[in-house]
Amino acid sequence: MKIILYIIKKEFKQIFRNKGMLPIIFILPILQLVILSNAATYEIKNITFGYVDLDNTITSRGLIEKFEASNYFNISNKFSSEKEASNNLLKGAIDAYIYIPNYFERDLQKHKINSVGVYVDAIDGAAAGVINVYITQIIQNYSRTITADFIQVSDAVQKPNIVDSIPLFWYNQTLNYKTFMVPGILVLLVTMITLFLSGMNIVREKEIGTLEQINVTPIKKHQFIIGKLFPFWVIGMGLLTIGLILAKIIFNVPFVGNLVLLYGYTSVYILVVLGMGLFISNFTDTQQQAMFIAWFFIVIFILMSGLFTPIESMPQWAQWLTEFNPIRYFVEIIRMLMLKGSGFMDILPLALKTLAYAVVMNALAVWSYKKTI
Amino acid sequence: MKTQNVIQVEGLTKMFGDFTAVNAITFEVKKGEIFGFLGANGAGKTTAMKMLIGISSPTSGLAKVAGFDVYKETESIKKNIGYMSQKFALYDDLTVKENITFFGGIYGLSKKQINQKRSELVEELGLVDVTNSLVSSLPLGWKQKLAFSVSLIHNPKIVFLDEPTGGVDPITRRQFWEMIYNAAHKGTTIFVTTHYMDEAEYCDRVSIMVNGKIEALDTPKKLKEQYKTDSMNDVFLKLARG
Repeated sequence: MKIILYIIKKEFKQIFRNKGMLPIIFILPILQLVILSNAATYEIKNITFGYVDLDNTITSRGLIEKFEASNYFNISNKFSSEKEASNNLLKGAIDAYIYIPNYFERDLQKHKINSVGVYVDAIDGAAAGVINVYITQIIQNYSRTITADFIQVSDAVQKPNIVDSIPLFWYNQTLNYKTFMVPGILVLLVTMITLFLSGMNIVREKEIGTLEQINVTPIKKHQFIIGKLFPFWVIGMGLLTIGLILAKIIFNVPFVGNLVLLYGYTSVYILVVLGMGLFISNFTDTQQQAMFIAWFFIVIFILMSGLFTPIESMPQWAQWLTEFNPIRYFVEIIRMLMLKGSGFMDILPLALKTLAYAVVMNALAVWSYKKTI
Repeated sequence: MKTQNVIQVEGLTKMFGDFTAVNAITFEVKKGEIFGFLGANGAGKTTAMKMLIGISSPTSGLAKVAGFDVYKETESIKKNIGYMSQKFALYDDLTVKENITFFGGIYGLSKKQINQKRSELVEELGLVDVTNSLVSSLPLGWKQKLAFSVSLIHNPKIVFLDEPTGGVDPITRRQFWEMIYNAAHKGTTIFVTTHYMDEAEYCDRVSIMVNGKIEALDTPKKLKEQYKTDSMNDVFLKLARG
C-alpha cells in the first residue's frame, strides 16, 4: 500500500509539472465540449431553397410565402425552368427545390388531386430526410388550410375526417439536440483523455528507459499498475465533474437522475478504459504506436457508440459488435441517468456488463504486463 | 575458509531464434569482489547481465544470484541487487530529492530510512545545493553518480553497473570509481561492464566475452602475464580480434 502511494505521488508530480500536458488534460476537453456540443446537431437550419412556379397564382405564391416564413429555410431563389433549378441543385447552390406545375390553383379548386414536385440533394441522406420532412410538413399544412378555404367557397362535399397524430416528446420535450448531445460528448472526452493518457504513460517510461529501472526493483505488478493508473482514474472523474458543471451552466442540460449513480458507474467505467490503455501500452514500444492503436479503437468506438447514429439502425452484426464497445454503454447510461432519471435497477444490466468488461480488461492488462523483456 | 560466492553461473545460455547471444558462460563472483565484465559491443554482456538481474529468462544453464535462482526467484533476486543501466534511467522531471524518495519508497524503505539515506547520499555526492533541482538540469557526470547512489539505496548485496562511466569526463570517472571502491569496501559486490581498459585494471577479477563466450577470466595481473603484455588494452585487443 505504501509503495503504491509513492508511485501515485510521483505520477501526480510529473503530470502537474508537465506544462505541455496540463492544458491537454483540462483545457482542450472543455473547448471540445463547448464547440462540439454546439456544432454536432441533427437540426437542419438554413436550408437554401429554390422553387419553380409555373402556375404563378395567389395559391402558388401563398405556398412560397409559407417557406419564406419558416425559420429553417433561407431566401428562396426563383427559377424559371426546372432545368435551371436542377442545374443549381447539381452545383450545390441550393439544397432543395419545389416544382409547382401549371394549373395548380385551378386543379385544386376543382378538387383534383394535385402534386408539387420536391427535389432534395440527398448526398447526405440523413439531412435530406430531415429536409424532406420539413418541406412535406409545410406543404401539408398549407394544403389543409387552402382546402378548407375552397370547401367553404364551394360548400360541396364534406371534408373527410383525418386521423391526426399529436406527438409528445418525452425526456427531452423541446427536442433540444444539445440536451441529447452534451452527455454523449462528455462521455467521449472522459474516454479519450483517460485512454490516451494511460496508453501513453507506460510506453513513455519504456521509451526513456525508466521502466527497466522499475522492473529491476522487487515491486509487485499490481502495485505498479494500481499506482500508475490511479492518477488517471482521478483525472477521469475530475473531467466528468468539470463536464457536468459546464453542461449545467452553459447548456442548461437537465440532470433528473441520481448523481451518485452516475459517479458510481463512471468509476467502474474508467477502469475499463484504463485497462485498455495499459493493455495497449504493454504491446507497443513507442508512444507513436500506442497513439495509433488508441486512435484506431477510439474512432470505431465513437462511430459505433450510438452517439451519432442509432444502434438500432445498424446491421445485426454491427449491433452485436457494439456489445464490445464501452463507450456505447456509457452513452446509454449517461443519457438514462441525466435525462430519464433512471434508477439503480434500470442501469444494473448495463452496469454489470461494464463491470465484467472492467474485470476482463484489467486481468488481461495485468497478465500482459511483464517485468521481464 | 572458502569465501562465499554471491553469483554462481553455469552454462548460462540465451538464444534469440537461431542466434546465440550468450553461449554457455560459466563463472562465479565472490562476496565483496569488484568483477569486471568486459567485451566488445555486441559480445553479449548486456544480455548476460539482464539474465542475472532477473528481467530476461535464460534459454538454458544455471545461475544463482545472491543465492536465488534466476528462473524461479527473480523477485527475490531483485530485493538483493541494485542496477544501473547504460541509459540514464532516473526521472528527469523529478528533483534529486524526489528521485531518491521514490526509489527508496518502491524498495519498501520506511520514511525515516529514506530521509536518513537521502541526506547521506546528497552529502556524499556533493549535491546538497541541487537537491531541489530537476535532474534534467544536472550535468551527465552528476546524474551518473546519482544513479549509482540510487542503485545502492536499499543496501543491496550486489550491484550491477552497465557501462556506468560512458560519456563521462576523466575526473568524474575517477570519482565514480572511488564511489565503487567505497561500496565494495562496505561489502557490496560490484558487477561492472566497461569499455575503458584502464577501469578494467581497477577490478579484482576480469572476464572477457567474445561472441557470446567468456574467453578469459582472471585477475588483470595474471591476464597480462598470460598474454605477455603490460596493459589490459592489449589483452583485450588480442582476444577480441581472435
